[in-house]
Amino acid sequence: MMKQSIVTASKVIRVSFILILALFLSVLLSLVIGAADIGLLRGLKGLLYGWHEGAAFLTDSEKTILFSVRLPRILFAAIVGASLSSAGVVFQGLLRNPLAEPFILGVSGGAAVGAIAGILLGIAALPFGLPLLAFLGSAVTVILVFLVGKGKSGINSHTLLLAGVIINAFFSAIIMFLISISSSADLHTITFWLMGDLSIAYSREIVVAGVFLMVSFLVVYAYARPLNLIIGGEETAMQLGVNVEWTKIVLFLAGSFMTAVAVSFAGIIGFVGLIVPHMMRMLLGSDHRLLMPASFLFGATFLVVADTIARVMIPHAELPVGVVTALCGAPYFIYLLKTRMA
Amino acid sequence: MSHVSLKKIGFRYDEAKVLGDVSFEVHKGEFFGIIGPNGSGKTTLLRIIDKILSPCEGSVRIGGTDLHKVKRNDLAKIVGVVSQDFAPPFPFTVHEIVMMGRSPHLGKLRFEGEEDLAIVERAMEMTDILSLSGRPFGDLSGGEMQRVLIARALAQRPEIILLDESTAHLDIKHQIDFLNLIRSLNRREGLTVIAVTHDINLASLYCDRILLLSRGIVHSMGTPGEVITESSIEDVYETKVLVDNNPKNGVPRVTLLASEGHDNLRSSSGWEGDYI
Repeated sequence: MMKQSIVTASKVIRVSFILILALFLSVLLSLVIGAADIGLLRGLKGLLYGWHEGAAFLTDSEKTILFSVRLPRILFAAIVGASLSSAGVVFQGLLRNPLAEPFILGVSGGAAVGAIAGILLGIAALPFGLPLLAFLGSAVTVILVFLVGKGKSGINSHTLLLAGVIINAFFSAIIMFLISISSSADLHTITFWLMGDLSIAYSREIVVAGVFLMVSFLVVYAYARPLNLIIGGEETAMQLGVNVEWTKIVLFLAGSFMTAVAVSFAGIIGFVGLIVPHMMRMLLGSDHRLLMPASFLFGATFLVVADTIARVMIPHAELPVGVVTALCGAPYFIYLLKTRMA
Repeated sequence: MSHVSLKKIGFRYDEAKVLGDVSFEVHKGEFFGIIGPNGSGKTTLLRIIDKILSPCEGSVRIGGTDLHKVKRNDLAKIVGVVSQDFAPPFPFTVHEIVMMGRSPHLGKLRFEGEEDLAIVERAMEMTDILSLSGRPFGDLSGGEMQRVLIARALAQRPEIILLDESTAHLDIKHQIDFLNLIRSLNRREGLTVIAVTHDINLASLYCDRILLLSRGIVHSMGTPGEVITESSIEDVYETKVLVDNNPKNGVPRVTLLASEGHDNLRSSSGWEGDYI
């Protein structure tokens, strides 16, 4: 019998199950770790019996910290991590480029311009004001990049990539300009947004982002096998029966949408969307039917852990989570590269 | 019965004319060769048959149906292609790549079943790559890669196979093994073969009929004996050659003449030039 090196449905389910366990564990740990010292054991007991009447394990203020402060933020981190990692997988495959990441096509630049304009104009204070403007900015960018990248004979990956890089550079200039004319009070808000910030997590935003993420993930997962074929070359994919143009459009739009949603709510959190797909690919192979759910789940875990570290690394201060993702991610990535690729 | 038929095919890239008024029919179970110099339109012709390019003029029919009306996924169940364009930037194993050949037979979300595994294993056995199964595709030699792509096309279980310079990276043993394999599928199971090649001698050995293309038009078409003659080859390729009959089986055999002039063979040194 031949060695079974291929992805099967049962393998996808097994790997997903393990990764869901890991995610669950990281959420639990993240809940009980933090500035307000609840203690690991007490916290876990509190989680288990917290809602029982008469079980006096946790005080009311501790319950508030656990379920109203930490839990929304953790769920938010999970959603954003899953979105960015899934979008990273999509763009690396679609553009056939290992250096691709969710922001490579300019979505983040557009979102940043929208968000900063919102902050400067005071619209950011309105409910959903900031994410809405950021989303508007990224939507305009996506359409722009799409129109530039779409030639006579359909979407060209190289043109798309170049369009994204150019438009990103253009938006950087606008961002610099806006920053240079903004007041110092706004500057702090802008800087935090640009570095990625998970602290503004309200339940309605979590629900909205979560629903958008699930829908777009299901869409891209339906194209997992066509994406496998496109990676080998578009002509080959056509020869194997793939409607390449349609697949590219769907993946481009769904990937951009996921990124735009994540960026709009949480700002620009770098590195997750680049390294999580690579980590999963090195461990599990390149088949997107396994790679997509694995990156989705591990991306969520990764950002939950990173955000926990960001919360507790420096006492009485919070680091932007983007700092942590890059600080932890880069060395680990190099380690993987050196040990797995050898 | 005609399996693939092209009628008055014309094709242009922007203004440059590539093919003009090409018509031919390939019968079911035939081994059909297309030869011609670089830029004569051979590969363009193959891409038109596989619906990657659509012709500017004329029509293509596959099994009697107009190619326009055949869905791409249905076409992939009938037509398999062994081409050179395959370079995944991410690591896939050999087994995964051969398994991709089953893709057109599966729905979007279905995973491969026992039957698919068996077909893939058989295809890998026929191309002698079972031992490479778990290896990353990128680590293989050119010849091994070619055999993997051949196995993938066989895993499609096509009725028609298109070969685009498929023996170009193979050594002589694997060239012959591969063509023998294709011919046995051709003879035993009625696989229709359309092969584009630079290797006139291999075409002569294996093809039932040959089409000689010259600057996008049909120069001549017929059995190897009818098409491969000194005058036609010299005419189309603008090179002096010697054509004689292979003493073993009588098919035409082309010998290149590596001389500066046209007919000053360096017979004194006993060196008459290279075999193609």
